[in-house]
Formats: sequence, C-alpha cells, structure tokens
Amino acid sequence: MDTKKIAYLMLNEAGIGVVLVFLCLVFSVFVPKFATMNNISNIFTQISINTVIAVGMTFVILLGGIDLSVGSVLALCTILAGLTITKETLPLGAAIPLAVLASMAAGMACGLFNGWVCERWKIHSFVVTLGMLNMARGAVLQVSNSRTIYSFPKEFNAFGTLSYYGIPLIFIIAVLLVLIGHFILKKTVFGRMIYAIGNNEEAVRLSGHNTKIYKVTAFVICGATVGLAAILYMLRLNIASPILGNGFELSAIAAVVIGGTSMSGGKGSLIGTLIGAAIIGVLNNGLLLMGMSDFARQIVTGAIIVAAVIIDTYRARLSKMLS
Amino acid sequence: MMNAVNDANILSIKNVSKNFPGVCALSDVSLDIRKGEVHVLVGENGAGKSTLIKIICGFHPGDSGEVLLEGVHYAPETPRAAMDAGIRVVYQEFNLLSYLSVAENIFFDHLPRKGPLVDKKKLHDDTVKVLRRVGLDVDPWQPVELLGVAQMQLVEIAKAISSKCRVLILDEPTATLSPSEISRLFDIIRTEKQEGLTVIYISHHLNEIYDIGDRVTVLRNGEIVGTKSVKEIDIPQIVSMMVGRQMESEYPFMDEFKQTDIPILEVKRLRIAASPHEISFALKQGEILGIAGLVGSKRTETVRAIFGADARLGGEILLNGKMINILTPKDAVEHGICLLTEDRKSQGLILDMQLDCNISLASIDKVSKLGLIDYGEERRQAERFTASLAIKTPSVSQLVRNLSGGNQQKAVIAKWMFSDANVLIFDEPTRGIDVGAKYEIYLLMWDLLSRGKGILIVSSDLNELMGICHRIIVFSEGQVSGEVLRPEFEQERILRYAYRVS
Repeated sequence: MDTKKIAYLMLNEAGIGVVLVFLCLVFSVFVPKFATMNNISNIFTQISINTVIAVGMTFVILLGGIDLSVGSVLALCTILAGLTITKETLPLGAAIPLAVLASMAAGMACGLFNGWVCERWKIHSFVVTLGMLNMARGAVLQVSNSRTIYSFPKEFNAFGTLSYYGIPLIFIIAVLLVLIGHFILKKTVFGRMIYAIGNNEEAVRLSGHNTKIYKVTAFVICGATVGLAAILYMLRLNIASPILGNGFELSAIAAVVIGGTSMSGGKGSLIGTLIGAAIIGVLNNGLLLMGMSDFARQIVTGAIIVAAVIIDTYRARLSKMLS
Repeated sequence: MMNAVNDANILSIKNVSKNFPGVCALSDVSLDIRKGEVHVLVGENGAGKSTLIKIICGFHPGDSGEVLLEGVHYAPETPRAAMDAGIRVVYQEFNLLSYLSVAENIFFDHLPRKGPLVDKKKLHDDTVKVLRRVGLDVDPWQPVELLGVAQMQLVEIAKAISSKCRVLILDEPTATLSPSEISRLFDIIRTEKQEGLTVIYISHHLNEIYDIGDRVTVLRNGEIVGTKSVKEIDIPQIVSMMVGRQMESEYPFMDEFKQTDIPILEVKRLRIAASPHEISFALKQGEILGIAGLVGSKRTETVRAIFGADARLGGEILLNGKMINILTPKDAVEHGICLLTEDRKSQGLILDMQLDCNISLASIDKVSKLGLIDYGEERRQAERFTASLAIKTPSVSQLVRNLSGGNQQKAVIAKWMFSDANVLIFDEPTRGIDVGAKYEIYLLMWDLLSRGKGILIVSSDLNELMGICHRIIVFSEGQVSGEVLRPEFEQERILRYAYRVS
C-alpha cells in the first residue's frame, strides 16, 4: 500500500523533483566544480529570470493558452524602465520605483492586449501573441532607436549583486513569486477557476461565471511577471536592450512543460514549474562544466523537453491506474 | 427454429472478473453468445455492461477468467486486435472523421490500393455496395459532417460490416434516432442476421428488446442476474431483475401536491436566432412544466436563450412578476435560474475535477471568504449533498469522471441545489440514465417542488413527460403549438400538436 503511495507521488510533482535530485547527484560525482557554493549560487542566478517568466506562463498554459510574446515584451519593458531610470531630471529616489512601475505597467498592458484580443474575437492565443511578439519587438526598436542603454545608477546595480548566505536576491524574489503564485492557484477562488476553465470552459460559463475575465487576467498576470523579469534582468546584467529576450518564450514554456503542466490546460502546478526551470538550469550548467559545446547543450535541452512530454503522457495513465 | 449451427456459441465468456480501484466492475461473469442471435444486454448504469464490452473489444483486459471466440482462446490486447478478430463496435458517440468522405470513413482501415495510391474507382464501387446493404442513399464522396445523426450511424454500421465482422456490438444505437429511423435500423439488423451476423445490443429502451432481440441478459452490480429468451420474460420482470426489487410505478406523481397559480417565470415574445416565431409561456411556482416536441423543434435553443447561454434576439423574461435582463448565464444564475444541459459531460460537469469542486462550482462564494476557499466547508457541504441526494461515491474527492451516468446527473443537480436556484430547467434530464436512477431523479424533482421551486423539463421521452408533469407545452418548428393539462394527457394529442395536424 505504501509503495503504491510513493509510486503515485513519484509520478506526480515529486517525480520531477527526483529527476532534479538525480541530475544534481550525477553532476556532483562527475563534475568536481559542480557542487561548490559558488557554482550553486551561479545556477540560482541563471534560472531566476526564466523562473519568473515561467510563473506567468504557467497561468496562461493552465488555461489552455500560450504566450509567445514574453521575450520581446521583456525587451520593451527593459527599455522603458531603462529610459526612466537614466532620465537625469528625475531624482534617484523616484527614478528607481518609477522604472519598476513602467516596466510592470508595460508588461501588463501587453498582457491585457493579448488577453482582450483573444477573448473579444475568440482567436487562439498562439496567433495573437505571435503578433504581439512582432509588435513589441518593432515598438522597442522604434522607441530605443535600436540603441542599448547602460550606465544605470550605482545604487540600482548594487541591488543586483545582493545575496544572503550565497543565495542571490533575485533568486529569492523568484522563489517568493513561485510561492505567492502557488498560493493563488491552490487556495483562492481565482486559482480554482483557472483550473476549472482549463478543464472545461463551457461548464464553468454555464455555471454562471464570467470566464473571459479570468482568462484576460491570466494574460495580465503573465505580463506582470515579464515586467518583473525585465527589472531582474537589468539588475543582473546592467543593460536594457531592444534586442534581448529572443527565445525566452521557449525556455519559459520548456520549464512549464517539464514541470508537468499540461499544454491543453487544467493540470499542473507552479512547484513543478520551479523544478522544471531548475532542471534546465542544472543541465545547462553541468554540461557546460563538463566541457560540452553550446550546440551540443542545445541538443540535450531539446531532447529533455520532448522526453518530459512523453513521460507526462505515461504519468497521466499510470497515476490513473494507481489512484 | 434454432438449428445445430445456431446453437453453437460464437463467444463464450467464462468467469470473467474486473476490478477498478475501489470498484468491482465485473465479478465472475459467464455468458454465452450464440452464433446468429441478437443478444440484448440490459442493466442500470454501472451494472458492468460497458466494462464487459470493453473487455471483448480489447480496451482493457479482464483480471481473471477467459473469453473463447468460436472455441478458441481470445484475449485481444488492443482494439485493433479485436477488430482483426471480427469484433466490431458502434458506440453511442461516433468515431467518424467528419471532414473525410463517406467512402474514406467506411474503408479507412483498408483502403483499396493501386500501387501506392488509393484506387478511387474500387473505393467508390465498394462503398456503393455496402451502402446499399445498410439502405443508405448518399454520395460516397460526401463529407460525413454534412450527414444527419441517423445517416452517420448507418455509416458506422457500414464501416463495421464492410470488412470481416463476426460479432457486431451496438451501444445504445437508438438513443438519438426518430421512430422511423429506428425501424429502418431494425430492418438492417434483421437482414444482416439472416446473413449470419451475431449482434450484441445494449439498450435502455426495454420495449426494443421485443422488436429486435432473441435473448436478453440482465446485469446488476457487475453480476449477471439472468439470461432469458425474450419470449419467456416481460418488461416488469426485466425491470425488477435490473433493480433487484419490485417497482410499483415508473414515475412518481404526487397527486396531493398541487401547483400554485403564481407564475414564477414568464417568457414573453421571446425571439431566438433559430426561429422566426415569438415564444411565450409561463411556469408556475410548484409546477413541473414539460416541453415536448420533435427533434429540431428548437426546445433546447429556447431554454438556452432563456438561461443566457445563447443570444436572445428579443422578448422579455419576468421572474416573480419582475422583468429581468439576462444576457449571460451569470445573470441567470444570479437571479436563481439554472439550466441542466442536455450534454452533462461536456457542459454540466468538469469530469477531471473532484466531486466537491463540481458541487461548489456555481456557489463558490458560499464556501469562500475574501477570495480564499474554505476547503473544510466545501467538503462538508459536498458531503451533505452527496448524502441527501444519495450520490454513490467512495468520497467527495472522487473525480466525477469515475461516477456512473446517474450519479453524474445527481452531481449536476447537487450543484444547483447548493446554489439555491428557484427555477430549474432540465434539458433531457434522464437521457442515458437507468431506470433506478431515473426514479430517484424524479423524486428529487418533487423534493425541489415542495420547497416552492418551479421546474421546466425538456424531454424527448413522451412517457416521461406524461408521467411527471403537471402540464405540457408542445413545440413545433420553433413555436408553441399547443398546451395540455395533466387530466388531458394523451400521447396522440401531444403528437398531433408536435406534427401540427388537427
């Protein structure tokens, strides 16, 4: 009976956790530099931004949607925040909060647009956000005159290097966001509706709920996490650029999918997403330390995504048999 | 008379058992299907009919026991293997590829080839031949999506008999057919039977057994209660075998309980997209009002428009004498009007969520505070309704998918009872539900009436409407063509209104 219970857990969220632990153990044994405080701290930093974006992406994917625009929207957010923070007329005390605000507002506005267009004209989000991917990229190149912004105030850059007991601040922010999101999904009416709509939107509508509001809100949440990710990006790399963020959407989707969230919606969790992002990060880091080339690492990451989805299909079947 | 060949068993099921987590779906079932007979399987939902069929069709293996196909051990591992062995099923829900042509659908598994290409000429001729067998006159190249339900079913049957078919299994084939279509289906079954086909026929319509069956087997709680020749048994006997007790009446109508004269819901000059006519009627407090009519008379469209599920083009809806503006289902629910849809699986329930989540779906505010769900309260409320509605489930954490049809319908009713709706609109409330559960659902309706609610029922089962309603209005081509009060209930009269013949 107990083995059954363990097997059941393994097949759900815990299973993906076991994969992560296993990867860490393998790398620790075969790569001497892997299990050092320094390197672990590095991994934390590397996965923070993807984790934050993947949180928003999880909300959207749980509803059976997708957001392909997060990469270019992130670039747009960094530029708007960068322009605000480097404006000389603003005192520093106001510039930093205003920059954060600008970034979040821009992200949320793009999310609102995505969600609203999808719901108003009943178009699949794949198409709408593909459009937004291009629009945001064009807009950011326009606004920035395709120039990169550096030279942020020292005080701002100082945040980026903060760490507590070797754990970088931006990773702490990412984990906090995961926990808040997890709480929302599991404990609130809003979260319940996200899962319910992802499973059967029509049944929810006919039970007297305005499903459109929930769906649009999920896109706005996704936009907000992109706005936050943009600030973390600036903290970490001290630049704002119109050309960054290419392919970020794919890493975020990969983290969500590896974390066990179903692409058709209704099933999944943010803890899974965090572990998914960590698996990608650990693999990238470990393989790099082993001396594997960029190209080879890309092949491995791609293969892992496909494997995760294959496992997912079996997981559903197996856990049904065990439950 | 049965000769020696007919007596031989084509399928012998020997001591087959099957357990699902927490449920014993089949226990020690033994059954012989004779070559060339039409064998009817009846039983309440959850009695094990589908499980048995799925074992025969290779969807899942039995836990123990054995099946012999013409005396040879037979244990298909996949549906494909069952098909290759000549066991074909036509399910209630069709498995047709709607954008492909009739011909391509029928011969999908074995398209005639000319080298690497499809031999269109042969495909066409073969299709015409098999369509003639099932008496369907359509162009082989017509896409399946343009066909009606009855025609699609014939295409399914054509597909089944187009290749080697020793046993044809029909799962509730008449659920969506009109009387004339049903009799044509029966003609086809009789003809194929002459040709030596064996048919296993599953149905909830007990009178059909006498039209088409040779023998009938009754299942209850995963066990076989008995197998009888149809000549030896009558409907009341079958029903009591199914439910395991004597049933006094199929419908509980409580004469002592009178409806009031106070209108609770008034529909005035309603206009819907599907009909050019205006629709008006009123439902009284404490009344069960039935809506009868032929398939396509716009009954479902009308109640969906009242509920706000589809757009309303014009007209007024009054609740307790006050005009209300219903634009979406949300408005309707807030006014205490609810709709139990025809298709409960895709529109009434979230199959992959737990029973308690489904029960609280329309009243989530009652089990939450400041946007936070109170799980304990949700569970308690769900348990309360599960008990009072006698929903059969191991716990309220069970996924609704795992409940039987009757219990799923009860879950939908629980959802609306929890939301304290005052007007309940049932669209085909007992379709696909077995006799015992039907009776319980009728009793629940009476319980609701005694609390001053009003009930509107759309049903294609005229006996059901005449059995439980105070009053029936008849729809014909998108308008109300007649009204009949209980003392005047008469099948012929209602049908005259439905067909608009005076």
